[in-house]
Amino acid sequence: MQGSTVPSETSEVLIDGAMPAEAIAHEHEAHPDLRVWGLLTFLASESLMFGGFFATYLLLRGAAAQWPPEGTEVELLLPTINTVILVSSSFVIHLGDTAVKKNDVKGLRLWYIVTAVMGIVFLAGQVYEYATLGYGLKSNIFANCFYLMTGFHGLHVFIGVCLILGVLWRSRRSGHYSSSHHTGVEMAEIYWHFVDIIWIVLFTLLYILTRF
Amino acid sequence: MAQAQVPVETGVIATPAHVHEPWKWYDYFTFNIDHKVIGIQYLVLAFVFYLIGGLMAVAMRTELATADPDFISPALYNAFLTNHGTIMIFFWVVPAAIGGFGNFLVPLMVGARDMAFPKLNAIAFWLNPPAGALLLGSFFFGGAQSGWTSYPPLSAITANTAQSMWILALVLVGSSSILGSVNFLITIFFMKVPSMRWDQLPLYCWSMVATSVLALVSTPVLAAGLTLLLFDINFGTSFFKPEEGGNVVIYQHLFWFYSHPAVYLMILPIFGVMSEVIPVHARKPIFGYKAIAYSSLAICLLGLFVWVHHMFTSGTPPWMRLFFTISTLIVAVPTGVKIFSWVATLWGGKIRYTGAMLFAVGLLSMFVLGGLSGVTLGAAPFDVHVHDTYYVVAHFHYVLFGGSVFGLYAGIYHWFPKITGRMMNETWARVHFVLTFIGTNITFLPMHQLGMHGMPRRVAMYDPQFEALNKLCTFGAFVLAFSILPFLFNVIWSWSKGPKASGNPWNALTLEWTTDSPPIVENWEVLPVVTHGPYDYGMNVGLNGQVEPVEEAIAPHSS
Repeated sequence: MQGSTVPSETSEVLIDGAMPAEAIAHEHEAHPDLRVWGLLTFLASESLMFGGFFATYLLLRGAAAQWPPEGTEVELLLPTINTVILVSSSFVIHLGDTAVKKNDVKGLRLWYIVTAVMGIVFLAGQVYEYATLGYGLKSNIFANCFYLMTGFHGLHVFIGVCLILGVLWRSRRSGHYSSSHHTGVEMAEIYWHFVDIIWIVLFTLLYILTRF
Repeated sequence: MAQAQVPVETGVIATPAHVHEPWKWYDYFTFNIDHKVIGIQYLVLAFVFYLIGGLMAVAMRTELATADPDFISPALYNAFLTNHGTIMIFFWVVPAAIGGFGNFLVPLMVGARDMAFPKLNAIAFWLNPPAGALLLGSFFFGGAQSGWTSYPPLSAITANTAQSMWILALVLVGSSSILGSVNFLITIFFMKVPSMRWDQLPLYCWSMVATSVLALVSTPVLAAGLTLLLFDINFGTSFFKPEEGGNVVIYQHLFWFYSHPAVYLMILPIFGVMSEVIPVHARKPIFGYKAIAYSSLAICLLGLFVWVHHMFTSGTPPWMRLFFTISTLIVAVPTGVKIFSWVATLWGGKIRYTGAMLFAVGLLSMFVLGGLSGVTLGAAPFDVHVHDTYYVVAHFHYVLFGGSVFGLYAGIYHWFPKITGRMMNETWARVHFVLTFIGTNITFLPMHQLGMHGMPRRVAMYDPQFEALNKLCTFGAFVLAFSILPFLFNVIWSWSKGPKASGNPWNALTLEWTTDSPPIVENWEVLPVVTHGPYDYGMNVGLNGQVEPVEEAIAPHSS
């Protein structure tokens, strides 16, 4: 960088916080890692897209005479098991993050593999549920909401699994992640928690609320 | 004294190995991660779309010169009115004001070498060309017909393919806008030079903070609404089909939850441009720095709670009308704070009537008119009377053309020397301004009367009693179309042959003027140190505390 030609004590002051993101990423301890802030900002925004769907669902539900409409049986057992799997995976992934902070890359790999498997099991459960449910996307207005919202969330779970697999792929190279350099690990974890939180709201709206 | 570059006396040798070659012309057509290249890409692409959208407007005005639909077919007219609105909003004002100026100026103004996420920034830009191609390509399928608001049921039953392409185009530019906003917010918050205090942050950056927050909050909600509409059109769902348990008004809520804030997305960056242009060309410190900065944030917050004023005739319950009338009238207050601050800045200033200043003053007068008609429209009883008439068209063209577009012109005249390294011709700038100002008023002023008398908007054919005023509007539209020419020639000629600009041709104090024109790759050899406020014109505190007029203090650095 051109700024590096100024005397060292001045350059600290001048350059601090003004380096390209790549440079910052490699100096984890010296600089706030902006990628995490960027992801958090993005997810805050992304959650509002779900917010739009939630609002639509509640407005439609509020206006309906019967919710869900006559003849739509909402199954609870499998989704509850799925919920337990997804919620507990949020704790499992955190074990991976804790491990890498202790420089334990083996632990990171183990817990991230477990998380990925749990995510895949969740998706498989979702697909099984779609295949066995008594209603399809077009059946009625509740089914419209159900498939759109769970499908959109499932897409996010899929992306989250891809991120976790990406972390696992990169962790093959020894030294890629360490206690001082693991932003990618953290970002995958944050994204996974986001997917989890959205699911809790979805589960409440689409399953629990249909019982009342 | 303020943001002048303090040369570090010892040990500064710019090693040639570290100096990046200037970009070549073809670099501007590639996936380039330099924020200045991306800013120029946004500006030029947006301007091309401005011309396309403008041609559509001319075709529509030609059609409306007579009461009968005899120039273009009504279906084509519908496609033009839909895409004119869509292009001017999503492909011209938003990308030019936020993507163009934002990317070029924000890192330069805060003293950063680039944006926080340069690659993400380039991705955000490159979402725009495919979106534009989708929108223009939709004309092969008849073009979307249901207006830029695309209310179902109309949008769900007309021109399905074109409407779907329209939706995908909007989702693409929406994603671009979200990624861009993440970048602006993080850049301003974390990459400001440490020597710059928050109360020394240029007001354009404050307005970009407000703009980015607004875009991040509202855009995803539009994406949700459009996704539901896309499913209704293509996959047989019935979210907006009342006969199957759906509700069309929900679409209107989702749409306006974004699209009302979108008018602030289009004007807040322009307010920022105004706050930069006016003090520089009036040679006075800005009046009420904090008031202007906070009013941007206030507009951002209040702007999220006014959307239902677009829906007063959609069967809205009385309590909602009352609430949203009041909130709409309140949002005029922070806007008024800005207007009065700019007027007070001009008051007693040493005004230079440059192209930038002419358009800034033009904006002040036009935007006040548009703002006043906006206040009348915000009141539910009056709005119900003129809803969907030309009164609304007159209002939003005064704020969007008289406001946003005038502001974009002001910004281009102001920063053209910085962007290209060459000065624009001031005589032709005056010709451009006079034609634009006259054209705008001839085109849009009579529309108030047309609307009050009940001429509905969005139709190719109208009652013959309105013909005389419509002919006047059409004449004005031709003047407006013609007014582009002096600007276009001025830009093209100046970019290649204009006189070379110094680093600081306007003697301005914000950081972007402390580097070369055009700025070198990575912006500065040595990052500047902020020693004074961004608008300390005519203040007598010198670089090192000694008393001297600002113009003299910065003169040595400006060449």
